[in-house]
Amino acid sequence: MNLTEYLTKRLKKRKILLMTHVVVGYPSLEANWKMLEAMGGADVDLVELQMPFSEPSADGPLFVKANQEALRKGIRWQDYFDLMKRASEQFDFPVLMMGYCNTAFSMGFEAFCANIRRHCGEGFIIPDLPLEEFGELFKLSRDQDLDPIMLCTPTNSEERLQKICSHGSGFIYCVARKGVTGQNTQLDLAVENFLRQCRQYTDLPLALGFGLSQREDLCQLHGKAGIAIVGSALLKTWEAEGESGYRKHLISLAAARE
Amino acid sequence: MKGQLTSQENVRRIYLQIIKQKIERYNFNSMSTQTITPDVSGYYGEYGGMFIPEILRTTFDELVAVFTEAKADPEFWQSYVDVMQSYSCRPTPVTLLENFANSLGGKFQIFCKREDLNHTGAHKANNVMGQGLLVKRMGKKRIIAETGAGQHGVATATMAAKMGLECTVYMGSVDVERQRPNVFWMEQLGAKVIPVTEGTATLKDAINAAMRDWAESLETTHYVLGTTCGPHPFPEMVAWFQSIIGQESREQMLKLSDKLPDRIYACVGGGSNASGIFLPFLEDESVELVGVEAGGHGLDTGAHAARFSGGSVGIAQGYKTYFFQDDEGQMLHTHSIAAGLDYIGVSPILSHLHDQKRIRFTAATDEAVISATKLLIRTEGIIPALESSHAFASVVEEAPDIPDGTQVLINLSGRGDKDIFNIAEAIGDEKWQEFLQTRALKH
Ligand SMILES: Cc1ncc(COP(=O)(O)O)c(C=O)c1O
Repeated sequence: MNLTEYLTKRLKKRKILLMTHVVVGYPSLEANWKMLEAMGGADVDLVELQMPFSEPSADGPLFVKANQEALRKGIRWQDYFDLMKRASEQFDFPVLMMGYCNTAFSMGFEAFCANIRRHCGEGFIIPDLPLEEFGELFKLSRDQDLDPIMLCTPTNSEERLQKICSHGSGFIYCVARKGVTGQNTQLDLAVENFLRQCRQYTDLPLALGFGLSQREDLCQLHGKAGIAIVGSALLKTWEAEGESGYRKHLISLAAARE
Repeated sequence: MKGQLTSQENVRRIYLQIIKQKIERYNFNSMSTQTITPDVSGYYGEYGGMFIPEILRTTFDELVAVFTEAKADPEFWQSYVDVMQSYSCRPTPVTLLENFANSLGGKFQIFCKREDLNHTGAHKANNVMGQGLLVKRMGKKRIIAETGAGQHGVATATMAAKMGLECTVYMGSVDVERQRPNVFWMEQLGAKVIPVTEGTATLKDAINAAMRDWAESLETTHYVLGTTCGPHPFPEMVAWFQSIIGQESREQMLKLSDKLPDRIYACVGGGSNASGIFLPFLEDESVELVGVEAGGHGLDTGAHAARFSGGSVGIAQGYKTYFFQDDEGQMLHTHSIAAGLDYIGVSPILSHLHDQKRIRFTAATDEAVISATKLLIRTEGIIPALESSHAFASVVEEAPDIPDGTQVLINLSGRGDKDIFNIAEAIGDEKWQEFLQTRALKH
C-alpha cells in the first residue's frame, strides 16, 4: 500500500487525519522518543521528522532554536537515520523526512533517497527545493518508492499551483498562511478558497499546515482538508507543560478527527 | 565619373562611420555594464539558482520581470547614473598611488578606484540607490535589509530616507554590539534596527531573518539584499548596479594611461565590489583579475573566511555556491578582522569565474591587513576600510613578483575613518583606549 492509498483508507474512517512533527535531537533524542511514543499512543496518522540544519530559513523562532540546539548537541545524519528507523519499526504511522536541501545535496541525491528508504522513511518534504531544482531527484525517489511532497502556497498563481500539483506525490502540503512556521492561522474564507483552488488541480489528499494548534482548528477543517499538520504548537506545549501536557494536547487533537 | 564615385564613396564612408559609431555606442553600452548573464534559471555555470520557498515564488517572478525590463531600458540606467552623480559623487576618481608603490620598491604603477568617496563611504551606495529606483518602479513602500558590519544597513537607511521609504534592518545581535555607531546612524536615519539572536547572531542569521520578514510582507515590501549573493536575480541585479565601478574604471584608465590595467585587485566578501570592478573587464583577456578573501588568523587555522580555500559547494540561503561548511553541510563559523568579509558564502558569479580560472583568488591575513592599512594611511593619506585593505595587503605581499612596468588597479571599496572604533582597536592604539575609558567614566 503506498502513502496515498494508506491516507485514503484512513480518511474513510476519519473526518481528518493528523500529521505531527519532531525536530530530531531537540530537546534530546530521549525526549523525541517520548514524543513519538505519545504519537503512537494517540494513533497519529503521519509523522515528519526534521533533520536539523544550521540555516533553517523556512522555520519560525521556536523551530530555529530547536534546529540550532540539536546541532549544538552534535546531532549528525546517523543519529537522525537511527531514530527514523527505530520509529518506523516501532510505530504504525509512516514517517517522512523533513529538512533543507543542503542536506540532500551534501549527501548526494542518490544516497539521500537510499538512506531514507533503508531507514524506512516513506518520503520527504524540502521547503527550499522548488520543483525546478529537483533534477534527478524525481526519478531517484521513484526508484526508491519515496514520495516527494510538494508544497503549495496562497501566493502561487493558478498556473503555478497546477504545475506543482502535477508533480505531486503522496499528498499535497498546503501552506495556510504567508510566512513561516509557528504562528496562528485564522481559518478564514481565504484558506477555504485556497484549499478549493488546490483541489481543482489534484486528487491527492490535501494537508494543511502552518499555525494550527487546537482541536477547534482541526474541527473547522473537516471536509475541507484531508490532513491537519500540527508542529510548533505541540513543541510549545512540551516546553511549557512537559510530557503529560504534551500527551493531553495530542489526545485532544487526535479526538478532533472523529 | 571619378568625382561622382568619390562622392558616392564619401557618402558610403560617412554612412559606414555613423553605423560604426552606433555599433560602438551600442557595444559601449552593453560592455559598459555587466558582461555576464545567467541562464534562465539564474545559473552561472553550475552556481546560483533559486532555492526559494514556494511562498516567495510570485515575488521573485515579479522581481525578475521588473529587473529584466529595467535592465533593457537605457533610460533606467541613465536615471541611475544621474542619481549617483548628484547624490554619491560619481564618477569616483582613479588615484595614482606613487608613494605607496615606491614604498614597495617596485617599478610598477598602482592606481586605486575611489569607491571610498561614495556617499556613506563605500560601494554599497551603488547597489542600494539602484535598488531604490527599482522599488520606486515597483511602487512598494517598505524595504528591509540585512547587515553585518552595518555598512549596508546605513546605506539602505540612507536610501530609504532619501526616497521616502519605510525601512527595517535586521542585524545579528553580536554585530549590534560590535557596531554601535552604525546602529546609531541607522536609527537616526529613521530605520528600525532589529537585533537577531539566533544562530551565530551575525550576518547569515540576519539574512535568514530578513527572508522570513519578506515571506510575510512581500506584497508591500522589497528586500534590498546587500551583495551579489542569494537567489536569482539578486546576484545579477547587484552586479549590474555595481558594474558602474568597472565601467568608469575602464574609461578612466584608458584616459590616464592609454591602456587597460594589467591587474585588478578587489576584496571579496559576498563579492559585490569585486564583481563591480571585474565584470566590465571580463572580456579583456590581458587583464588579470585577483579576488582577495579574508585570511583571518591564517588559512591553516580554520579561523578565516576564505571560501575558495576552506569551503565546498553547497546550497543555502537560496543559492548554490562555495560555502564554509562541514562534511554534513552545516555552516561553520567564519572569522575576519573585517566584518564585511565575515560571511559563509560567496557570489555564484565569482564561483563560476573561479572554476573557469578567469579570476585568481588569494587571501590576506588580519595581520597583513593591519600593516597594509597603516602603510596606505601613512604614504597616501587615504584611510581604507579594513575590507578594502585586504586587496592592498595582497598587492604588498605579491609586490616582489610584480613585473616592472605593470599597471595595477586596486578597488578601494570603502573608507575607514568611520570605522575608527574597529581600526583603532585593530591597530591597538593605547591613547585611543585611554580616551574610551575616560569617556566611559563620564557616563
Ligand atoms: C567597504 C566594504 N568593502 C567590501 C565589503 C564586502 O562586500 P562585497 O564583497 O559584497 O563587496 C563590504 C561589506 O560590508 C564593505 O563594507
